[in-house]
Amino acid sequence: MSSFMDKLLNRSSSAESARQRLQLVLIHDRANLPPGQIELMKDELIRVISKYVDIDRNKAEIALENEGREQRLTMIIPISQGARRYKG
Amino acid sequence: MGAKVITVTSGKGGVGKTTTTANLAVALASQGKKVTCLDADIGLRNLDVVMGLENRIVYDIVDVVEGRCRLRQAMIRDKKFSELYLIPAAQTRDKSAIAPSDMIRICDDLRPEMDWIIIDSPAGIERGFKNAIAPADVIIVITNPEVSAVRDADRIIGIIEAEEKGPAHLIINRLNPSLVRKGDMLTADDVTNLLAVDLLGIVPEDENVVASTNRGQPIVLNDHSKAGQAFSNIALRLNGENVPLLNLDGREGIFKAIGRLIKDGGKS
Repeated sequence: MSSFMDKLLNRSSSAESARQRLQLVLIHDRANLPPGQIELMKDELIRVISKYVDIDRNKAEIALENEGREQRLTMIIPISQGARRYKG
Repeated sequence: MGAKVITVTSGKGGVGKTTTTANLAVALASQGKKVTCLDADIGLRNLDVVMGLENRIVYDIVDVVEGRCRLRQAMIRDKKFSELYLIPAAQTRDKSAIAPSDMIRICDDLRPEMDWIIIDSPAGIERGFKNAIAPADVIIVITNPEVSAVRDADRIIGIIEAEEKGPAHLIINRLNPSLVRKGDMLTADDVTNLLAVDLLGIVPEDENVVASTNRGQPIVLNDHSKAGQAFSNIALRLNGENVPLLNLDGREGIFKAIGRLIKDGGKS
């Protein structure tokens, strides 16, 4: 009954917060890559990629994703509008 | 032919590895199988007390490995089932007293005479765990529906896969249906989806387990226990039978009940 009330009041249950927290923790555990390191890696990658192409730094995204127990790292890097083909 | 070796492990301590080992062993024995359980938790032996066989120990697994007795002499026959045996862990030594190769050799010696060999792994991911999984054909990971147990189970499943011992099979132990209903416990589906492995069984929390462990009589011997029934079903699944998961909801649900009334109409 209380879970019904929770839904009614749009309050998430403690089980739901356990599930969401575990989902994140497990992704980082499996890859042995803590969230802070992903941010460092993102900054470094952006620096490297910017040497070759004009990118929209603020819209770049990096994420660890999983499908079953398979892990993958994805990065979405929008190229700046009107970027020239070659730099420099 | 020969026996299949199952290792019961978990990562985290206290989730029910020893209880599961004892109950699966007794369930398989009661289904007419020849079973030997092996306690790989050297230095912290407990399978003997959970099975109620602590007074019969003469030799242990380290005595076998170091040649002080023959394998047969370290096999303690169960009180109730004549084809159920326990090889106890040593209590005064540590995990380095045996090597993975010793475990493989002991299991290979037992295989021709048994249907199942069940190894109770120590908690952790160190030497004792490596010893326990070395001879395994099937690895069962036990977890509870709570964050730290699930996290540790995930770590163990990763190691099992890296060692090419997978796929691991999952048992969710101590699920409390009323907490699940209240939204205060992860559901079996949540845990299975998070860990992305096959679910072998769900064992409900059952206060009878404490009393049965106090007496050294595994809960599967109690016909009225839901946990005992869950362990029996898991043993049947290990033997290849298709047994549905227990309905742990404990109630039919109002919509289902109404649906049944409508469907039955005036017939009943």
